[in-house]
Amino acid sequence: MNNYTISGSPHVHSAENTRKIMYRVILALVPALLVAIYYFGWYALRLTIVTIVTCMLTEWLIQTFLIKGPITVTDGSAALTGLLLAFNVPANLPIWMAIVGSVVAIGIGKMAFGGLGKNPFNPALVGRVFMLVSFPTAMTTWPQAQPIFKSGFFADAITGPTPLGLLKESGVGSLAEAGDMQFLDMVLGNRGGAFGEVCAIALLIGAIYLLARKVIDIWTPLSILLTVFIFTGICWLVNPTHYIAPWYHLVYGGLLLGAFFMATDMVTSPMTTKGKILFGVGIGLITVVIRLWGAYPEGVSFAILIMNAFTPLINKAFKPQVFGTVKPSKK
Amino acid sequence: MSNTLLISLVVLGVLGAVLAVVLYIVAQRFKVEENPLIDEAEACLPGANCGGCGFAGCRALAEACVKQAAEKGNIDGLACPGTDMNKVAAVLGLTAGVFEPKIAVVRCNGSCKNSPAKVHYEGADICAFASTLYAGKGGCSKGCMGLGDCVKKCNFGALHIDPETGLPVVDPDKCVGCGVCARTCPRGIIEIRPRGKKDRRVYVCCSNTDKGALVVKNCSVGCIGCQKCLKECPFEAIEMRGNLAYIDPAKCKACGKCAKVCPRGAIHAINFPAPKPEAPAETPEAPKVELEKTVTA
Amino acid sequence: MNPIKTFKKGGVHPEENKFSADQDFPMPKQIIVPLGQCLGAPAECIVNKGDRVLTGQLIGTAKGFVSANVHSPATGTVAKVDVVMDHSGYYKPAVFIDREEQDEWAPGILVTDELLTDIKLDGKAIIDKVKECGIVGMGGATFPTHVKMMVPEGKKAEYVIINAAECEPYLTCDYRLLLEKTQEFLIGVKIVMKGVGTDKGIIGIETNKMPAIELLDQTIKAHPDLYAGIEVQPLKTKYPQGGEKQIIKAITGREVPSGKLPIETGCVVVNVASTYAIYEAVQKNKPLIERIVTVTGKAIKKPSNFRCRFGVPADLLIEAAGGMPEDITDVINGGPMMGKSVSVTSFPTMKGTSGILLMTLHEAQDRRQTNCIRCGRCAKACPMGLQPFLLHKVAKLNDFDETEKNHIMDCIECGSCEFTCPANIPLLDYIRYGKAKTGAIIKARNQK
Repeated sequence: MNNYTISGSPHVHSAENTRKIMYRVILALVPALLVAIYYFGWYALRLTIVTIVTCMLTEWLIQTFLIKGPITVTDGSAALTGLLLAFNVPANLPIWMAIVGSVVAIGIGKMAFGGLGKNPFNPALVGRVFMLVSFPTAMTTWPQAQPIFKSGFFADAITGPTPLGLLKESGVGSLAEAGDMQFLDMVLGNRGGAFGEVCAIALLIGAIYLLARKVIDIWTPLSILLTVFIFTGICWLVNPTHYIAPWYHLVYGGLLLGAFFMATDMVTSPMTTKGKILFGVGIGLITVVIRLWGAYPEGVSFAILIMNAFTPLINKAFKPQVFGTVKPSKK
Repeated sequence: MSNTLLISLVVLGVLGAVLAVVLYIVAQRFKVEENPLIDEAEACLPGANCGGCGFAGCRALAEACVKQAAEKGNIDGLACPGTDMNKVAAVLGLTAGVFEPKIAVVRCNGSCKNSPAKVHYEGADICAFASTLYAGKGGCSKGCMGLGDCVKKCNFGALHIDPETGLPVVDPDKCVGCGVCARTCPRGIIEIRPRGKKDRRVYVCCSNTDKGALVVKNCSVGCIGCQKCLKECPFEAIEMRGNLAYIDPAKCKACGKCAKVCPRGAIHAINFPAPKPEAPAETPEAPKVELEKTVTA
Repeated sequence: MNPIKTFKKGGVHPEENKFSADQDFPMPKQIIVPLGQCLGAPAECIVNKGDRVLTGQLIGTAKGFVSANVHSPATGTVAKVDVVMDHSGYYKPAVFIDREEQDEWAPGILVTDELLTDIKLDGKAIIDKVKECGIVGMGGATFPTHVKMMVPEGKKAEYVIINAAECEPYLTCDYRLLLEKTQEFLIGVKIVMKGVGTDKGIIGIETNKMPAIELLDQTIKAHPDLYAGIEVQPLKTKYPQGGEKQIIKAITGREVPSGKLPIETGCVVVNVASTYAIYEAVQKNKPLIERIVTVTGKAIKKPSNFRCRFGVPADLLIEAAGGMPEDITDVINGGPMMGKSVSVTSFPTMKGTSGILLMTLHEAQDRRQTNCIRCGRCAKACPMGLQPFLLHKVAKLNDFDETEKNHIMDCIECGSCEFTCPANIPLLDYIRYGKAKTGAIIKARNQK
């Protein structure tokens, strides 16, 4: 017979799907990846490939042999986790550590909760924090950026301090001494650090693309950045010899990467605008507290994970206003 | 050092003692007196809390039984469909009526083969919702939707959808006849019937009350209301409900004659011995096929 | 022109796909007039097999408060009173009429194309006439219009809002009507205003129908006395602009309180086609027996609007629009956002058949589900401020206390949530299921 489809309305769809969203985020991270390859050469590329492949393989193995459910490994979420994980670690990290981190990120961070959409914490950050506490030395030995046309694609890494690390150990004065720690270098990515977070410009290009395609909302990143800026600004105004200027805080470390690409992870962040703002303010505050007074030089990962835990509560507290439940103010 | 130890021990000990006294007082004040018979009666029930008795759960039924036994001296009208109530009655020093075990029967045979699909459905797997959208895959507006509302509701795991026919199948070993599935089905296809002697039972495997001509359009095994069975039945156990024959289980003696005369094979006789050699000669093929099929089911 | 207005909360932007021309549709030999053409109880048949019926003659009387009369759309003999499959494949009672070539109108009906501007009836008589002529909401919900126009005791209607938003993509039947019967339509607005007792009428139109907005503006300006009190309000093209509560919010800024009727805000909302039908009924005593039906789709050869009497089988309309294309997978009765899936294309057109939409696999929704990624887009798109992901979850768990607490009964079933869901979850399916169950529970509770 004619075999028409019977279904409930609506019969048309926005043609948006999870896969498209995931691949758009990956696409938005490509500029930062290219910059990373430019500065860290072969190490960056090798690490990225290893984490992406491990993440996808882990998901496939778990779905095939443990869950025995549908295989969704091609939806891009595992690849995105791998990419973000690579962006968050030193480029010269031993390969086996990267593999362990990827397995933890997907296995414990995501699949243990039932897969995509059910994980309370950002999987890439789970992997990263796991590695940070398990391999503290390897995870805090940062290679320095060295443009590949100067030193070659396969050049050995020269390790050195990150700006935030310097700051933590030696205070504001050391930054001024290290002559190459200029603001412009920070923005372009010519510095030490996890390779995905070094180039602010590349990250912003990706972020603007995501905002334009409406993959992410501006509210979470904006509230994070504003909170960090205001909080560190107050500290700087109070004691400029002890604290550095707030604009350095914005480009140092993983703040931009975290604010635009990890705090905005839909699964683990609140849904309403008000909730997103509260979430962002929380991340900003915790980040600054860890950076200025905590044991670690960098706190974005911890801040996001801590606020991830609050997401269900925030969602409960900030529900959308139901139409017709409040009398209009002017009558 | 020893001082610290002593202080902690004394403080914790006193705290423990005080709290114990408080707990005791509270427990005494708010003690709930319950008849121990309720626990005993509840132990006789399956404990699945299916709601088939009409109460919220097994304990609620046990409470009702104890209450009624105390007030009226019987437990008439209170029954767990899956349990011999004589067990409960014995606890209370009473006797209950004769227990008649029941089972769910699916009164639709509109399988993928018998009622071929004309459209396909994509949406939520809920019969109750799908039936608001359309009449059914095969076009029968009284037939099974095959999305398994009954399966999801069954507390005993006694139902599953046969992937080949697309219809629910009752596992006779697990079904207690609680009737949850019958109440769940949006089309009232499932009926709770007595299991019958030797597990033999005869029923009309169709729920379509439409006129014969409309039934024939959509299904090759639907009841067309020809009333042949009605005339054949020696016990007057068959009545017409609209254009649908219904076998009254109270009157049916499970002779199986009606199943043989049904031109559509819509009457199923279950757990009967294989037909004798001469039987096929006088009956059309359809019922025979059904017999083989249902015996295995 | 007034500044463009819109509602704030939620909303989505489906592809518009508005294309269509317009023509009369020739009647077939036999027509099948279903007796249940409105929300509520079907009408009771008052003709028998063999009776000769005239065009416009009453053949079914309304049964109950929410119900509408049914009239014969043609002159002919009643072949039988039987059942017919509606779009969903269910059998519904219907009158089969063998048609005669020539229309013979029932007595009392004025057959003229002349514009009748003088409204002779008073308010009460207008509502009675609307009831008598079986007029229902022709946007698709088919709620009897006379019930809507009866302003309850203690309430006052301030505005008559004519819902010309036609926010459903693809559909163009209201737009065509506005272009062709502008004057009649405007008189209809005046009649509704008189019927509910107000002197303010606002026509809300989405800006994707600019020619209609301009035409209405010019017509009103050309006859300022005749159309006094009528205003045209352009609305932003955004779905569901034509939702009753949304259009009130957009135009007046008032919110219909949760669980209450639009009259709470002093508004009576009437559809364009219904307004025209009211003109025909009140001025000419002509019952509702025809409407404009959009037959459209990207794959169809000649997307058309047909002026069509009720009872014409839909497949004839599809035939006239260039025939059924081969790769059609979805046939929809109504628009793509709120229309109903069609099981059999032979169903007769009725008062609520605003469009017949044919879609290929490519046009229709991809229904391969993936996991919810908690993106919150459904909540953002919901014009009622609900949380569809949550309602979906609790409805799936059969937790009807939670569905009620989360305002499931406020859902207008617009489908914006499902439209925007990147995981392709059938959100609205579950919400409808939950709504039906919750509604039954509330009803049972109220009866106690």
